[in-house]
Amino acid sequence: MSDWVEACAAGDIDEEDVMRFDHGGRTFAIYRSPDDDYFATDGLCTHEKVHLADGLVMDDIIECPKHNGRFNYKTGDARGAPVCVNLKTYPVKVDAGKVLVQIG
Amino acid sequence: MVHGMVIIGAGECGGRAALALRDLGYGGPVTLVGDEPHLPYERPPLSKEAMASDTPEIKAIASDAILTEKSIRHIHSVQAVAIDRAAHMVRLWDGSALPYEKLLLATGSTPRKLPMPGLGSRCVYLRTFADALAIRAHLSAGNRIAIVGGGFIGLELAAAARKLGAAVTVIEAQPRILMRGVPAEIAEIIHDAHVAEGVDILCGNGIASIADDGNEVRIALAGGQEISADLAIIGIGAVPVTGLAAEAGLTIDNGIAVDAELRSSDPDIFAAGDCCSFPLAVYGGRRVRLEAWRNAQEQGALAARNMLGAGEAHAAVPWFWSDQYGLSLQIAGLSDEGRSIVRRDLDDGAFILFHLAEDGRLMAASGIGPGNAVARDIRLAEMLIGKRAKPAPEALRSQTVKLKSLLAA
Repeated sequence: MSDWVEACAAGDIDEEDVMRFDHGGRTFAIYRSPDDDYFATDGLCTHEKVHLADGLVMDDIIECPKHNGRFNYKTGDARGAPVCVNLKTYPVKVDAGKVLVQIG
Repeated sequence: MVHGMVIIGAGECGGRAALALRDLGYGGPVTLVGDEPHLPYERPPLSKEAMASDTPEIKAIASDAILTEKSIRHIHSVQAVAIDRAAHMVRLWDGSALPYEKLLLATGSTPRKLPMPGLGSRCVYLRTFADALAIRAHLSAGNRIAIVGGGFIGLELAAAARKLGAAVTVIEAQPRILMRGVPAEIAEIIHDAHVAEGVDILCGNGIASIADDGNEVRIALAGGQEISADLAIIGIGAVPVTGLAAEAGLTIDNGIAVDAELRSSDPDIFAAGDCCSFPLAVYGGRRVRLEAWRNAQEQGALAARNMLGAGEAHAAVPWFWSDQYGLSLQIAGLSDEGRSIVRRDLDDGAFILFHLAEDGRLMAASGIGPGNAVARDIRLAEMLIGKRAKPAPEALRSQTVKLKSLLAA
């Protein structure tokens, strides 16, 4: 089992928003949903490797800032052109005000 | 017998339409006809820094395997030469004929030719992957590249050429670069970035004559200056490809004229993407033609829905982007619809100009900044434009007011 890594404080991300998290040479996107739940995915869009943390979060969708590829950040599902490859997701938990990500 | 759907033009628009027909569950024959030898591919990378790699690769929209899996017949390297509307038949250059139930023309655009004598083999245009490879072969240290036209294609190529160490001169007849559709404040930042990277930009310079002996191009400017180059790339705009439609008697009006559902003057023939002009609902039905990747994609998908009878009107807001060096520009809407400008400064020198109509309605937003700094706010602006919102100028100006909060208003 891989360890849980601290990504940020829970308050660092606004509701319905996203931020970038880099760890061990890899990059991730951490999301806070409108329902105040936290999620994590790979940071780069599967279409052109653009970082999703600059994108727009609406409900449970993250939209790539460059070419409008859309993913459900809770499941990683690609939601139509130009993206066709799903995004990898990672387990997240909040503990004592810290957002922890289990990066496999 | 089911004649099926035929799509002429296998670019972004045609390719997306073919995939969309299958995604919508259409079970009849789908045939995609293209005059290039490649799978449908994305054109935006052709002018950008992706071209600076040693072996530029084509970015296909769909693999052979996907086309096969979805039973999309892709006929490549063949031009369509005639449409027989009465017989519902498209004739191809190789003599074959394709019957159609509905036909989509996604024929795209072609570079506007420089209307003067003297152009030879060292004067080139960019449209296809083959064009891009031919240009790439000349982009190296020590080579001199002249770019005629300070528009997006020319400027993006200038950035790619500089990355490879070529000497670059951009020649623009207008008083500044990016006259069409880009506010002066933003054009100035792009201009300065090019100058900082060593590009020589000559604005307000008409071309008096061109001489191309096959090894060198000599361009004489109206002001008397002469530019010598190993390659001249001409990027002075694009014209819609309408020959097939015009010969078939379809209405042409700055492109193949279509209605809000992308239907041409023949109810069984649709047109989408760069080749068509259409009424833009968000601006009261103003007829426009857009040369943009996302529009090609969206209209391809919309045409597919309407070929299957959805009866859905085009409702999208135009959106466009360009990358040069580390800067990215994004524009939502058409800025010429605005009468006044409100500026919102973001971090890292990025900013957005909001273009407001007299009655305060947000008509367009133009942003520039490093990386994707403006992307999120431009996307939100696009939604506000689509909603015909009249956001308070002070809210647009203040970085502390989240644009997302204005959507709910």
